[in-house]
Amino acid sequence: MQHVAIADQTEELHDPHSFITKYVWSQDHKVIAIQYGGTAIFVGLVALVLSGLMRLQLGFPESFDFIDPSAYLQFVTMHGMIMVIYLLTALLLGGFGNYLIPLMIGARDMVFPYLNMLSFWFYLLSVIILLSSFFVPGGPTGAGWTLYPPQAILEGTPGYDWGIILMLASLAVFIIAFTMGGLNYVTTVLQARTHGMTLMRMPLTIWGIFTATVLGLLAFPALLVSAIMMMLDKLIGTSFFMPALVSLGENLDYTGGSPVLFQHLFWFFGHPEVYIVALPAFGMVSDVLATHARKNIFGYRMMVWAIVAIGGLSFIVWAHHMYVSGMHPAFGFFFATTTLIIAVPTAIKVYNWVLTLWQGNIHLTVPMLFAIGFIFTFTHGGLTGLFLGNVVIDLPLSDTYFVVAHFHMVMGVSPIMVLFAAIYHWYPLMTGRMFNVTLGKLHFWFTFLGTYAIYLPMHYIGILGVPRRYFAMGTTDFIPESAQTLNASITVSALIVGMSQLFFLANVFWSIRNGEKTGHNPWGATSLEWQTPDVPPKHGNWGKELPRVYRWAYDYSVPGAKEDFIPQNHPVTKEEQTGGEHEEKA
Amino acid sequence: MSIFKTLREKPWDAQVAAAGNAVAVAPIDPQGAARIALRFIMAIVSVLFLLFIITFLSRSQYPDFQSLAGQPWQPFTDPTRLWINTGILAIASLAMQFGLASARSAHLNRAIVGISSAVFFSILFLLAQLDLWQHLYALGFYVNTNPANSYFYVLTALHGLHMMGGLIVLANVVFRVWYDGSPESLSGPLQLCTTYWHFLLGVWLVLFALLTSRPETINALAAMCGF
Amino acid sequence: MYLVIALVLLVVGSLIFHWWSPWWFTPLASNWSTIDTTVNITLYITGIVFVAVNLFMAYAVFRFRHKADQRSKYEPENKKLELWLTGITTVGVVAMLAPGLVVWADFIDVPEEADVIEVLGEQWQWRYRLPGADGQLGEVDARYISQANPFGISPNDEAGNDDIIVDNSELHLPIDRPVKVLLRSKDVLHDFAVPQFRVKMDLVPGTVSYVWFTPTRTGKFDILCMELCGIAHYTMRGHVVVDEQDQFDAWLGEQPTWAEIQDIAPGDTLAGQGLYTVCGSCHGQQGEGNAAMNAPRLAGLPDWYVERQLHYYKAGIRGSHKEDIYGQQMAPMAGVLVDDKAVRDVTAYIASLEAQTANRTLAGDPERGKSHYTNCGACHGAEAQGNYALQAPTLAGQDDWYLKRQLENFRLGIRGTHEQDNYGHQMVLMARSLQNEQSIDDLMAYLSSL
Repeated sequence: MQHVAIADQTEELHDPHSFITKYVWSQDHKVIAIQYGGTAIFVGLVALVLSGLMRLQLGFPESFDFIDPSAYLQFVTMHGMIMVIYLLTALLLGGFGNYLIPLMIGARDMVFPYLNMLSFWFYLLSVIILLSSFFVPGGPTGAGWTLYPPQAILEGTPGYDWGIILMLASLAVFIIAFTMGGLNYVTTVLQARTHGMTLMRMPLTIWGIFTATVLGLLAFPALLVSAIMMMLDKLIGTSFFMPALVSLGENLDYTGGSPVLFQHLFWFFGHPEVYIVALPAFGMVSDVLATHARKNIFGYRMMVWAIVAIGGLSFIVWAHHMYVSGMHPAFGFFFATTTLIIAVPTAIKVYNWVLTLWQGNIHLTVPMLFAIGFIFTFTHGGLTGLFLGNVVIDLPLSDTYFVVAHFHMVMGVSPIMVLFAAIYHWYPLMTGRMFNVTLGKLHFWFTFLGTYAIYLPMHYIGILGVPRRYFAMGTTDFIPESAQTLNASITVSALIVGMSQLFFLANVFWSIRNGEKTGHNPWGATSLEWQTPDVPPKHGNWGKELPRVYRWAYDYSVPGAKEDFIPQNHPVTKEEQTGGEHEEKA
Repeated sequence: MSIFKTLREKPWDAQVAAAGNAVAVAPIDPQGAARIALRFIMAIVSVLFLLFIITFLSRSQYPDFQSLAGQPWQPFTDPTRLWINTGILAIASLAMQFGLASARSAHLNRAIVGISSAVFFSILFLLAQLDLWQHLYALGFYVNTNPANSYFYVLTALHGLHMMGGLIVLANVVFRVWYDGSPESLSGPLQLCTTYWHFLLGVWLVLFALLTSRPETINALAAMCGF
Repeated sequence: MYLVIALVLLVVGSLIFHWWSPWWFTPLASNWSTIDTTVNITLYITGIVFVAVNLFMAYAVFRFRHKADQRSKYEPENKKLELWLTGITTVGVVAMLAPGLVVWADFIDVPEEADVIEVLGEQWQWRYRLPGADGQLGEVDARYISQANPFGISPNDEAGNDDIIVDNSELHLPIDRPVKVLLRSKDVLHDFAVPQFRVKMDLVPGTVSYVWFTPTRTGKFDILCMELCGIAHYTMRGHVVVDEQDQFDAWLGEQPTWAEIQDIAPGDTLAGQGLYTVCGSCHGQQGEGNAAMNAPRLAGLPDWYVERQLHYYKAGIRGSHKEDIYGQQMAPMAGVLVDDKAVRDVTAYIASLEAQTANRTLAGDPERGKSHYTNCGACHGAEAQGNYALQAPTLAGQDDWYLKRQLENFRLGIRGTHEQDNYGHQMVLMARSLQNEQSIDDLMAYLSSL
């Protein structure tokens, strides 16, 4: 198979010359990564605007004529689906996975570059199908991102006709795209590591991306299965999920199906999906923390084990999304237990990040600010998860704003903090230039403080008992007037946070041309991606010869070494070896 | 288990480091990547069918479910047609194996005979499955009349799609070998295709067993899964 | 440095916010105080971890911030420390989980003496059924559901005849008696949630789920649907009133049984024609309405809607708001109809009048109106033909000036805010999504074009 050879090839590769092959039909993992990233950020901005519209309605009800109940539900649904699947999954794995895997493990490219290219084009197609649903009769589906039947495909829900069909079709295409990309990532990690790159020498970023990809490959089929079955229920009138029912006064032909079955399938995918997003973020933040604290990641082995353990456990906790779904209540015992067990490896990761800072030499650069911000938001979001995972506490809180606040904290804000940390951290590698630090810091402060101002109060709105997915609260006997004030303040914060992303966009675009040139390895990082002969790395990454790896990815501030970092491709010196052993014995 | 041993390595330890430098210098095996990818594909496809089967068992416990075998008027009580189709698929699988063995021993002509008969029987299988669909349709077993029927059509359709995917890849392999004029490189990719064909045969046998199960068997299986 | 200050301030600020905040669980009205206790245990444990981790991190950032001559300590791992931390975390997790599981065991174990009632959810209403004298609920099946039989009670099951039907959204429960609520849905997923009771559970079409609790406080509490069920999800509200036993018995006595409902004779058109003469003086003898008298067109309205409105006028549910001038005129007129039979008779006559074409008096853009109508159409039907199942009246054929006034009344809470108006509150919430007069005019233009 010829295409395998690129990863393996020892001689230098030359860039394709024509513009089309270089930037459009490119098989270079770095170009594909940027295509993935650009598309993901674009749809992410669409979803950000949708969330702004939602917040306007919630903060200032009865003020906006164009937001009616249907439109509101459509905004909610599209915002959720885009953010979870088309932004986070695509950007973390398709974007950073693509960019970093070959560079960090010392390969010239992915092992199946052609498949990799196809993966992006299928992803783009899925995005186009998804966005096209805004322009069809009835608009996009408004069934909530969970798409629960029966309502997702019945009259009475916005977009029950065209909208839901396009959504399911788009998801199916996305799954194909992800599978093509995912096969590449796992195979590349397993097969194309350079000389000396043992599994335990890989940076945690790679461990996170690798494990997340395996989860994705095994979890997305569940979504595909449910999408196929729901599509048939909708189009051909099968009764997989549809029981005998009377919709808006009309007796339909469905018999005997089980809506809860869909929920099981959906969450069998949906819960691992949380970790598909979280694990790469865990990995990347570990590397950012280590680099900018000039210290090895604390407890590397424990971190790897935690990633693997979380990945494994994530397949047996799904029904904690379904405590009040009407499933057999005895499941509650099992799933509450597994859910709280998963808190242990997760907590260990948090401790180890904090302990990495301890006795470090902390440079508060922009990526580091975001990384530390992540530890804060993730701790907060993780701890509120212990409320919802503990089955009885879920009774009063499920389907309220507490849930919304929790998952935005844990899988919205936290991974996005890491994404920003990662973009700023690797920006000099991708462009060869430094971003503007002032703009970066402004971006950090608005985002970090702003999101906390959004989500901390939102937990309390949920504790009051305000249900999610309500277009308007109206009057009730238990919600005080002041809750509306809180909602208005949340909206204001949300709009500020939304606008402050302009700092980021401006910075990214301005600095491509005007940023200060950085040259090699501006952060003094040890991992392999910073050791390429060219910055930004050229097609084929490594020039004439593949790098050779002699050490793990965290040799920061090694006692006795001249610099406070030793790149992975620097051979171990005699003195160092004896010095190291000396240290060990002492 | 070596993976546990690997996970216990201390990568910062000088001795482990020296060992690592020594070990991982092996050149990359070009077939290795494809083999790993194939294993993942088979795992993914297995998960896909497994999830369908689990939902099948779960769905079978609702009162409106009427399995396709067990009563004289139900189509798969007499599974002769299914046995014929299974036979065709098994021949395709054997032909692939024959082609592979011939390619390995550098009997190019025999290899071509093997591959072409595998393709022939695979397509014949697909046509036979289509005919089976029409047969069921003629009997009035439509897609939406009963969940058991829905599952039958969905599962056979998915299996057929995977078969077609395999045919496309096989065509690509053959074409490339022929185009490159390097028949000696045929056996590697052919090995993977053959594995995939056997895998599809295995999947089909499981589906076959499931679809022709009597209600008692299905209920017993469902009970084992806790439905 | 700013970061250290920010982290400390966020931690302290979160604590202050928590203690100062007036926003917490609404006071409990059921036996589930154990849930609140579990929440508190989790709150304290997680709170301590939150404060400890973040303050430690702030301190680490402060103490080990970059200085010129500083070098990090090279420490790949510290097994002892990591084991200790794992151990402590495990203890904390067990301390949270154990009480949770104990309470969950209570939650799924319904006391034997619990009264059984049924809650029926549908888009976007609540209804209830209580067992009659035999203490049993009759069998039901979705196949039997029809306009005459909204619960789908099986005609073959004797036990259903004495079932007590509550055909509105207000449920009464006696205090201090455990109740097992059977949850059933006609169409899509819903969720029966009363925040004061703490517990909630989804209604799943095709199966019956349940939830149990003992009300411990009298009062009137909101029932909210908490599982997305379509466009009007947020208007799916009901009430549960917890009564002392004797009040509850009195309420129960007023509710009809299924057998009684089936025995009601249909209205008599001929008798209704005689009664209609009075109505006709304003509404016109053909029910064509009269804008000058502010009397809407009646011809073309479905009988169930006219009947309900007449009952509302008679009971002061409609036409009692002090700003509802025209409704106040109608209320005494409805009083002229002496009993339920008279109401049914006149309704039957009105329903027999031939539907007519509406007059168009307002200028609006029907294209824009059409997009507003998407939300209305979910209940009132794509052709504004009305839908009994949603209790949504026919709009097509009605004069636009009347519809406009009603929409404005709903928006302003002049109509639909009476606590016994089961469907009006939905219109109050819905009408508020039309923010200005132009939108209403556009909508009217579209309705006139149908």
